Amino acid sequence: MLQQPTVARMQHTESKPAIAGFLQRRPRWAPPAPLFLLQPVLRRIVQRIAENNPDMFGRLGPHYRAVFVIDPVNLPFVMLLRPDPDDLMLVARRRDEMSEYDARISGSFLDLLMLVDGDLDGDALFFSRNLTITGNTEAVVCLRNALDDIDDSIAEEVADMFGRPGRAALTALRRMNEKRETQ
Amino acid sequence: MIRPELVCPAGTPSAMRTAVDAGADAVYCGFQNATNARNFPGLNFTVPELERAVAHAHAGGTKVLLALNTFPPAGKVDLWKEAADTGARLGVDAFIVADIGVADYIARTHPDIRLHLSVQAAASTPESIRYYCREFNVKRVVLPRILTVPEIKLMADEIPCEIETFIFGNHGLMVEGRCSLTNYITGLSTNMDGVCSPAAQVEYIKDDAGNLSTRLGEYTIDCFSCNESAGYPTICKGRYLTPAHDGPYYAFEEPISLNLSTLLPDLMKAGVTALKIEGRQRSKAYVKSVVSAYRKAVDSIMAGQDPQISDLLALTEGQKETQGAFKSKTWR
Ligand code: SF4
Repeated sequence: MLQQPTVARMQHTESKPAIAGFLQRRPRWAPPAPLFLLQPVLRRIVQRIAENNPDMFGRLGPHYRAVFVIDPVNLPFVMLLRPDPDDLMLVARRRDEMSEYDARISGSFLDLLMLVDGDLDGDALFFSRNLTITGNTEAVVCLRNALDDIDDSIAEEVADMFGRPGRAALTALRRMNEKRETQ
Repeated sequence: MIRPELVCPAGTPSAMRTAVDAGADAVYCGFQNATNARNFPGLNFTVPELERAVAHAHAGGTKVLLALNTFPPAGKVDLWKEAADTGARLGVDAFIVADIGVADYIARTHPDIRLHLSVQAAASTPESIRYYCREFNVKRVVLPRILTVPEIKLMADEIPCEIETFIFGNHGLMVEGRCSLTNYITGLSTNMDGVCSPAAQVEYIKDDAGNLSTRLGEYTIDCFSCNESAGYPTICKGRYLTPAHDGPYYAFEEPISLNLSTLLPDLMKAGVTALKIEGRQRSKAYVKSVVSAYRKAVDSIMAGQDPQISDLLALTEGQKETQGAFKSKTWR
C-alpha cells in the first residue's frame, strides 16, 4: 500500500566540488574557515528564496519554527536553517559550535545541492545511504515537501544573485553531477 | 492492442506539472486530509491549488483523478462527501474510491463523473468487481498486486470495466485496504487516517559505526549496517528476531520496489488499459525519471518496437526490484 516519505544517494562516488576542494585544501595550521564572510551571503540567499517562493511556507505546517542543521559532510561547516517567514535564519557554524536543533540532514555538498535543486530524489538518496536524517522526521518531511514544490530552480536563483561567476559555478557543479551519474 | 493510459503520481502542484510535462495521460492526487491514502505532512493539494492544477493538466490534455480512497470512520463521512463535491466543482475527471458509502454518495450525487475502484478496496475476484460495477457504475478497477498476468487476462474477459494495474513503485505485501500493522503500533490507521508509519513517530538513529536504526513508536523495525541499502520505515518491511528463525529476518517482505517494465507488453496484451506509477510521496525528480521512462517504453511498444526500458534501480526501495505476484505467486 504505502510508505513513509523519507529523504536520502544514488550509487555513485562524488568527485569533490570546487568549493569543497578549496575549503578542504586549507593547510592544518591555517585559521578556521572565515565563516563570518559567509553569513551575510547566506542571509541574502535565504531572504531571496523566501521572497520568491512565499507559498512554500504553508507546507511546513507547525514546523516553520524548527531549526534544521544542513550538514554538507565534505565541508568544514554546517548551516542552521529556521524557515520562519517572520524570523528567517540561515547561518554557518563550525561543527563544534552547534547549538540546539530539531532535525539534522547530512549528505555530501553536491547531493544536498542537487536535492534542493529538484534534480535528485531524496528517498533514493536515503535508500542508498547517502543522506542521513536524524531528529524530528516529520519536520524534515515537511521541509522536503515544501522545497520540492518550488518550480523554479533554487540553485539558479542563488547563482543569479552572483551574476556570471555564480552561474558558471552552478554549471560546473551540474556537470559534475551529470558526470558521476553516468559513471 | 489498446493504447494504455499512463497514470502518474502527483503529491504537489509542482510534481503534477512535472508529470504532465513528462507525458502522463492522467495524474492522481489528493487533498490535505484523511480522505486519501497519502495523508503525509506537507504533501497534497489545497482547494485553490487543485483548481489551478486541474486547469493546467487539462490544458496539457492530461486527466486528473482525485483519490478519495480511505475509509471514513463513523460520524466523519461528511469530510469525504465535501471532498467529492469540491472535486466535482473543480472538474476532476474521476474519483478513486474504496469505501462503498463514498462510492454510493458519488454515484448518486455526481453520476456524470467516472468512478474508479481503488486498490484499497482489494477487489480481486470477478464477482466482487462486477458488484461494484453494477451497484455504483464503476468504470475502472485498480487491481491489488496479488494477481499473475494470466490471471489478469482471465479477469479482463469476465468483468465489464477497465483494468488498471500498478507497474512501478512501492510493493506492500498486505491485502490492500486491510493492513492494520501501523495502527497496531502507532494508533493511527493507514486505511482511515491515510498514513502508514506517520513521520511524527519515525526516528532514525545513526551510531558511531555508521549503522542506522529505524524506529517506529517504541519499536525498532530495522537496523542497516553502514553499507547496506535502506528501506522505508514500514512494519511490513521490518527485520525481526523471532524464536522461529535464526537471526533477524524480513518476516513479511524485504525493502524492494515493483518494476514491471519487462512485463509491459504482456500486461498490455492481457487487456490492461491503465498503467499506474506509485509514489505521490516521492519527489518531482522521481516523477520526472519514472514517468519519462515509462512514457518512452509504452510509446515504443505501441509503435511495434522493442520497449526501451531505462534503468530505474537507483529509485527503488532497498535498491532492489521485483515483478512480485505479476510474474509468480512465489516471488519470495
Ligand atoms: S505496513 Fe506495509 S502493507 Fe501495511 S499499509 Fe504500510 S506499507 Fe502497506
